[in-house]
Amino acid sequence: MSLALPRASFAERHAASIRQLRFYAWSFGRSPSSLLGLAIVLAFLLVAAFGPWIAPYPMDAAGAMNLSNRLKPPSAAHWFGTDEMGNDLFSRVVLATRTSLWVGLTIVGIATVVGVPLGIAAGYFGGAVRAVIMRVTDIFLSVPGIVLALAIVAALGPGILNGIIALSIVWWPGYVRLVEAKALALRNEPFVEAARAVGAGHVRILAVHILPNCTSPIIVKASMDMGLAILAAASLGFIGLGAKPPAPEWGAMISVARNYMPNWWWYAVFPGFAIYLTVLGFNLFGDGLRDILDPKSSRR
Amino acid sequence: MALFVLRRVLLTGLMLFGLVCITFVVSNVAPSDPAALAAGPDATRDMVETIRREYGLDRPLPEQFLRYVGGLLTGDLGRSIVTTRPVAMDLERFFPATLELVLLSMTFGVLVGVPLGMFSAVLKNRTPDHATRFVAVSLVALPAFWFGILLQLLFSVQLEWLPTSGRLDVAVPPPPFVTGMLLVDSLLAGQWETFGNALSHAILPALVLSFPCLASILRVNRAEMIEVLSSDYVTAAKAHGVSRLRVICVHALRNAMLPTLAIIGLRWGWMLGSTVLVETVFDWPGIGLYAVSSAIAGDFKPVMGVTLLIGLNFMIVNLIVDLLYGVLDPRLRTAP
Repeated sequence: MSLALPRASFAERHAASIRQLRFYAWSFGRSPSSLLGLAIVLAFLLVAAFGPWIAPYPMDAAGAMNLSNRLKPPSAAHWFGTDEMGNDLFSRVVLATRTSLWVGLTIVGIATVVGVPLGIAAGYFGGAVRAVIMRVTDIFLSVPGIVLALAIVAALGPGILNGIIALSIVWWPGYVRLVEAKALALRNEPFVEAARAVGAGHVRILAVHILPNCTSPIIVKASMDMGLAILAAASLGFIGLGAKPPAPEWGAMISVARNYMPNWWWYAVFPGFAIYLTVLGFNLFGDGLRDILDPKSSRR
Repeated sequence: MALFVLRRVLLTGLMLFGLVCITFVVSNVAPSDPAALAAGPDATRDMVETIRREYGLDRPLPEQFLRYVGGLLTGDLGRSIVTTRPVAMDLERFFPATLELVLLSMTFGVLVGVPLGMFSAVLKNRTPDHATRFVAVSLVALPAFWFGILLQLLFSVQLEWLPTSGRLDVAVPPPPFVTGMLLVDSLLAGQWETFGNALSHAILPALVLSFPCLASILRVNRAEMIEVLSSDYVTAAKAHGVSRLRVICVHALRNAMLPTLAIIGLRWGWMLGSTVLVETVFDWPGIGLYAVSSAIAGDFKPVMGVTLLIGLNFMIVNLIVDLLYGVLDPRLRTAP
């Protein structure tokens, strides 16, 4: 004899969320630029995941030498031409995608893990906590990220890992700013007050009531920052302080390619176009996400 | 108002001190030994130790910090290993070139961004609007260093309209030094040929540098304009028979001023930062190129000097913008 009621199906239990998601998908799909962004981001992820199978000459990314083939213009065998070592540029551009994905995820990941808790604490507690956190944040924001990153890399020494460390150090303050404003607005909302009235502790209020309400702007910023972080890392590579050749990285490839301009133009053009497409994709995608998740701020 | 100014000035001083702390910490976490670096690659151990004592690098960190701050207050930023000159002197020499580039880019960004934003707003959600917005997003996504190379390929190599790099052709006499900005100095001296040559060198780097700033000015002006065009007083003005052109140019433009000013303040520092890339592409002898070449040589005193200079610049420009805001909008004076 069972007293349990027949359990509702998954679709029934989550009807409200599903309706909400379908509405999001519908409004996202109405904007051509958002869809273009989504397509580019998906293509980027696919190329990063299946790079070794897409690249026609996967060995060329490791720095193989094939001097009889050096600096050949784009052709059927080498779509993007070859570089000064005779390596296939298409393969190198494809395999560098994985480097960029990894770099972007690490920088944005560290920045959110450091910046979001600090921002929530500053906005929620206010007072001295907020004053200290926000002043430190302001100091970091007073120097353009690329310059401070350059200074840090100059001190630590060049290399892709040091580049990532430097960019992570300069990236978190943006999240503090973003989340602090949101948390400040939320702390006096009736539902937070109600939680406090029934005896919820600070940790519970922060984790259950404040953080979930800050996620939309964080997601929007993180998706835009993926592109910008990839661009910043490529910039360090271009300067000669990031990834070192022969490791495949777009910025470092352009840095070497400068020595072969203008006669061997394809060497610089294709890696740069890959950076541009990736950053554009994440920007459009982030813009589209903002339109649906955070419509109030998208009007600005 | 006096209290407002005092508050802002004090806050700027505090931030500057914080930045000095950051550069000091960054210089001291370096795994490389600054004494060995200064002594050169084939110095003996004794020579390195002598230099360590001479520079006070054997003293405890708090004492070194006080010496560092004291040095900064007297304008001592240390010595560059690459140029062998004091960093402060180098900065004085290279900064005008960067300032020239940034001012030119900013002017271009405002002159193009404001009208384009208004144009985009007036034709909201029609094809020109979508096209303009797409271009704006593209401009932000373009890697400055790569686009610079593309422009060089097109305008310098293919069309041969503009020079590839540098500030002035070797054969052109430089103007007498007044501000260090060649465009200004050549005008002051009446050297038209030099002015033309300097301008032709500056066009491509200034263009590349201006794009992100142009895009954000465009965005802000579009948003502001859309808001103003749907406001009651514009409807009232229209009802009174004020022409469309007058509504846009007089009513809307004035409202666009404040956000544009904010963007200029915000973008000023960003532009100075981007010179690191743009000056490298165009061999423009400013502080950006100076920082990059020093960083590659492992010489970080100049890099810290450039960082401090850019930070100081950004803070001062923001201070001015804040104060201007206070003048333009009295409600903000009492805000925290």
